[in-house]
Amino acid sequence: MLKPGQIAVVGAAETTKIGVVPELSQIGLHADAALNAMADAKLKPTDIDGLACVGPMMPQQVAHYLGIAPKWVDGTGVGGCSFMLHVRHAAAAIAAGYCTTVLITHGESGKSRVGATPRPPEPESLAGQFEMPYGPFGPPTLFPIPVLRYMKERGVTDEDLATVAVVQREWAGKNPRAMYRDPITVADVLNSRMIAYPMRILECCLVTDGGGALILTSADRAKDFPQKPAYILGTGESVESTMVSQMEDFTSSRAFRVAGPTAIQAAGISHADVDHLMIYDAFAHLPLYGLEDLGFVGRGEAAAFIREGHTRPGGKLPLNTNGGGLSYTHTGMYGMFALQESVRQMRGTAPAQVEGAEIGVCHGVGGMFSASGTVVFGNQRP
Amino acid sequence: MLAPGRAKPKPTPETRHFWDGTKGGKLLLQRCDDTGRAYFPPRPFSPYTGSRNVSVFEASGRAKLYSYVIHNRPVPGFTPPYAIAVVELEEGPRMMTNIVGCEQTPEALVLDMPLQVAFEPLDEEITLPLFRPAKESA
Repeated sequence: MLKPGQIAVVGAAETTKIGVVPELSQIGLHADAALNAMADAKLKPTDIDGLACVGPMMPQQVAHYLGIAPKWVDGTGVGGCSFMLHVRHAAAAIAAGYCTTVLITHGESGKSRVGATPRPPEPESLAGQFEMPYGPFGPPTLFPIPVLRYMKERGVTDEDLATVAVVQREWAGKNPRAMYRDPITVADVLNSRMIAYPMRILECCLVTDGGGALILTSADRAKDFPQKPAYILGTGESVESTMVSQMEDFTSSRAFRVAGPTAIQAAGISHADVDHLMIYDAFAHLPLYGLEDLGFVGRGEAAAFIREGHTRPGGKLPLNTNGGGLSYTHTGMYGMFALQESVRQMRGTAPAQVEGAEIGVCHGVGGMFSASGTVVFGNQRP
Repeated sequence: MLAPGRAKPKPTPETRHFWDGTKGGKLLLQRCDDTGRAYFPPRPFSPYTGSRNVSVFEASGRAKLYSYVIHNRPVPGFTPPYAIAVVELEEGPRMMTNIVGCEQTPEALVLDMPLQVAFEPLDEEITLPLFRPAKESA
């Protein structure tokens, strides 16, 4: 088992522009993010000997495009949390001596669709046979499938769900790079266009272009880099099903319950030690599931926790401080942006910096509760 | 016959019996013979134990409405608003489906309402298991 703090993030950057970036293709967004992260760490492509990015054939595309000859690659693609898994796998690879310096890249032309990877329907897959015939059309119709059951069992209201979006907009208002920054009220959310009942458009993530990249190396080398290292204290990962209709519990994600606690335990921390939290918010219900499944609150307590202001600016557990997928950006695989915000918070350079933040948890989801990855960061080596 | 345009399932050797069943007006599930527990979607082994000791049986077709969304945008084969639902079968497994014979509104679609399977042909090859409100609640 890796020791907490054995590996660190020494380079981190997003694409120069996020939001609407039609002048770059998908591979171009990967490269822009990678070049920015290498500049951040004062490294050249020839210094990189490990590479991770999402999906079939992507590591070789990105390696060749950037001029990298890796000794270790990872193309794990389990959706938007793939980058949390890349961090976990890269940390193990560095510790094992397979490579010394890993670059993880993300680029997605989610809005402009320039050179975007097509997602062909697979009528022979189990989802193709047992979900697609019933009319789902993308994540807004699938991710909220469990929500009414969650609301009934937990006593959660439409107002509670809307409050998640309202609080995240408060954070986004502090972030000049966020796509939506104007304050909103619960009434604004409830009066916004219904997409797939019970989810309104202000409870659904953005669809944007952008990317990000991270560079990891051993903690022993990390002190020689220009930026303050963000140490990796613990990690976790899991998967459940590609079919949201088949998740074993509609009120809780099994993948969350494996990945989150595994990471927190590996880090040797308790929940009370956590100063800053990111929970991948493709939709407004995700932070509710995440708070409960990771054990920050008891079952059924998440909505009240947010309503009482604990996650908003000045609260005891600042959550999604970049504005999240709901207000900051969401290219399709938002996990990279959650990780970027965690690193900024550990460096002390976030636009909405949490004063004195020393330990951060970054929790991702992939697919529709299909996969999960969690990384615990610290700004000091234990 | 359902309106054309829906995504059409393509059976595999492991799922063929299910689609043969719906075409013949039967909802076929599988059961782990070691634990007695039913499961879905089809596969030739038990997801509970990994045992290949499994059998196919006909489900009652009784279910309750477990969760859903109501989609408000047009999709080929559907007229919005339409509910994409998950039902919990009496035998335990859950499946995605549509609810027919019922207004597609939150007021009409009440969680845990009793439902009964309704077989609707998509074309000459494929019949989908949809659900309608059970008689006793109609």
